[in-house]
Amino acid sequence: MLEKHCPTTTVRAILDGEADFDRETWSSMAEMGLCGAAIPPEFGGLGLGHLELCVVAEELGRALAPVPFDSTIALFSEILKLAGTEGQKSRCLPRVAQGELIGTLAQSESIRARPGAISSTVAGGRLSGLKCPVMDGGCADMAVVVAREEDDMSPTLFLVELGAPGVQRDPVQGLDPSRKHARLIFDGAPAERLGSRGEGLEVLSHAFDRAAVLVAFQQVGGAERALEMARDYALQRVAFGRPIGSFQAIKHMLADMLVSLTLARSNAYYAAWALESGSAELPVAAAAARVSATAAFQHCSTNNIQVHGGIGFTWEFDSHLFYRRSNLLALSLGSQSQWEAKLVDRMRLRNAA
Amino acid sequence: MDLDDTPAEAAFRREARAWIEANAPHELRPWLERSAYTTLELPGDADPVAVQKDWQKRKCDAGWACIDWPKRYGGRDASPTQRLIWEQEEGVFRKLNTLFIINLGISGPTIMACGSDIQKATLLPPCASGEHVWCQLFSEPSGGSDLAGLRTRAERAGDGWIVNGQKIWTSGAHDSDWGLLLARTDPTVAKHAGLTMFMLRMDSPGVEVRTIRTIHGQSEFSEVFFTDVFIPDHQRLGAVNGGWRVALTTLMNERSFAGATVPTGFEELFDFCAEFETDNGLAIDDPRVKSRLAQWAVRSSGLRYAGLRAISLEAKGQEPGPEHSIGKLVAGSMMQEIAKFALDLQAEAGIAAEIEEAPCAGRFQAMLMQSPSTRILGGTDEIQRNIIAERVLGLPPDVRVDKDVPFDRIPTTSR
Repeated sequence: MLEKHCPTTTVRAILDGEADFDRETWSSMAEMGLCGAAIPPEFGGLGLGHLELCVVAEELGRALAPVPFDSTIALFSEILKLAGTEGQKSRCLPRVAQGELIGTLAQSESIRARPGAISSTVAGGRLSGLKCPVMDGGCADMAVVVAREEDDMSPTLFLVELGAPGVQRDPVQGLDPSRKHARLIFDGAPAERLGSRGEGLEVLSHAFDRAAVLVAFQQVGGAERALEMARDYALQRVAFGRPIGSFQAIKHMLADMLVSLTLARSNAYYAAWALESGSAELPVAAAAARVSATAAFQHCSTNNIQVHGGIGFTWEFDSHLFYRRSNLLALSLGSQSQWEAKLVDRMRLRNAA
Repeated sequence: MDLDDTPAEAAFRREARAWIEANAPHELRPWLERSAYTTLELPGDADPVAVQKDWQKRKCDAGWACIDWPKRYGGRDASPTQRLIWEQEEGVFRKLNTLFIINLGISGPTIMACGSDIQKATLLPPCASGEHVWCQLFSEPSGGSDLAGLRTRAERAGDGWIVNGQKIWTSGAHDSDWGLLLARTDPTVAKHAGLTMFMLRMDSPGVEVRTIRTIHGQSEFSEVFFTDVFIPDHQRLGAVNGGWRVALTTLMNERSFAGATVPTGFEELFDFCAEFETDNGLAIDDPRVKSRLAQWAVRSSGLRYAGLRAISLEAKGQEPGPEHSIGKLVAGSMMQEIAKFALDLQAEAGIAAEIEEAPCAGRFQAMLMQSPSTRILGGTDEIQRNIIAERVLGLPPDVRVDKDVPFDRIPTTSR
């Protein structure tokens, strides 16, 4: 479906244009029930669980689909499922399933992007502070905002209507303009607590594990497509009287890309199993899937340009789209080194148990 | 991917576990646990060959020796999943299979795929039980990565063949009763087209085995010399000049087997870093150490799950593919990197390599000296990358200047 609906010309239209995302692909996904695949039937979804979403995510990753999947499905919807009240869930999730509500997470505060250094605050149900960069922040209807309630040390999550008074949003030029980001400035915006006070980071940690599995599948899909592009070019391009794919320098580069991809795919499958079965292995498995998939997508998108030579770094050629997306996804749920540390800490805990 | 045992698999696991509990040489467990990367460490008076043959025979009598082989050849027709379960249950006692690596991973499967009914009936049962130990006589000084460039000649003589030449890098030649021998039977055709596979009795007159001492001081490899060695024609495996096809079967099995078993050293490194005190506290608390550990952790887990996926594909009837090259490629260089990393943490203490003096009983020092051979034997890293690129990604073969040239016209500096 995505190859038909979402060729790279669609990605470029978002990259070069003003539109927030590709509404046509997004509404097709909603019509097929994909936006609500993992939302329970009582909240208007299909209640299929996460394996189906993983398959969807891999295809979105291959196509570099410019749709608010990470923000709305992988994060917003998962956080609501984890921490929302019945009322909050029934207010938001059916609209997510219908493709009518774009949601996102507003965590980073510019250079102070660490969750431990949150300075946004909520007092009397009113939010003040700055969040940047926020994925889909320019078009999202609602955001989960990480802020400290009054003088609390530990942050709490809040549900905020982004169309409400007291919210200013400005576009921010990003690494990958095919996925839009914004700066949000809150000045007394109405904010509704989501989950328990002071337990925001715990909820986020669980939500990030779940999102990491879905994003890992996107990364695997993107890595595979980048490898295929490089392989196809190596077969077709002739230099020194032979296809460049017959040179061992190129062959070995491509073989190493396949190795990265294979390891990432295996780790992702295992994490999908852990997510779907509710296994206690999820924290380790999700971090492993994340670290492995980030490395594979960066590796494949980088070498894809190298195999293509000069044409690989032109704006007209598609390889930079994969290069951009791989580097965006490598940061969007936390950096590689943060996930590496999480993985090792969690393995220690597991080994000690 | 479902990782839990089905009820039938759980019952099989219980059966395997109970048999091992009742029959394994449990007194050897502490020695086996510490013999990780070099040869078997056994109590002083134990003969490694006898100990290994005894365990293999005991398993074979009860149908546990090579469980995915057909029953009539000494197996129990087990599925790939059952084989995996058995290997998990056999655990540390698998180290006693070292002597039979060629039997189970190479000679057995090759005879099964390419042998006549008589060859299979007579040679496979003693191969399964460990009564015969097999070695592989493929590589030569002038034919390693370029295996088809080998020069050992076999010439027709009455109802058999006369063999002259030399092999090298033969594991376990001294302990072997039989060797799987690839030799040139027609030097006037292109190099792949003039080879034939034989099964050679190692006690044949004219066979001489000389030990090679390797960089880790062990002597598991040999050179084997042939001077007018006679092989009866009924010990030919496959067609005359059809040896390359037989060899490819063998090499595919070798890679499948190697990919499944090459250790990486990761678990040992993780445990080491969790306990080792540096000037700045525990090694594992250092962010740089964490980062490296995480990178190896996902390579290690990725290999493990890729292996499980390959087994489940095999269970659905797919042949072991060249994807297995990935296992060997990743594990070999990973152990070498891990060894260097652990020694760097140990600093000057790491210079000591003996068990009593070195940190972790010299485990990482042993890995350092072991790992170069892992990256070469059974197909070098570079050959594995060629295999992945050509067979999985479909890239064209390298331009081969010797491809359609008769073997005896290929230029050489050493002939």
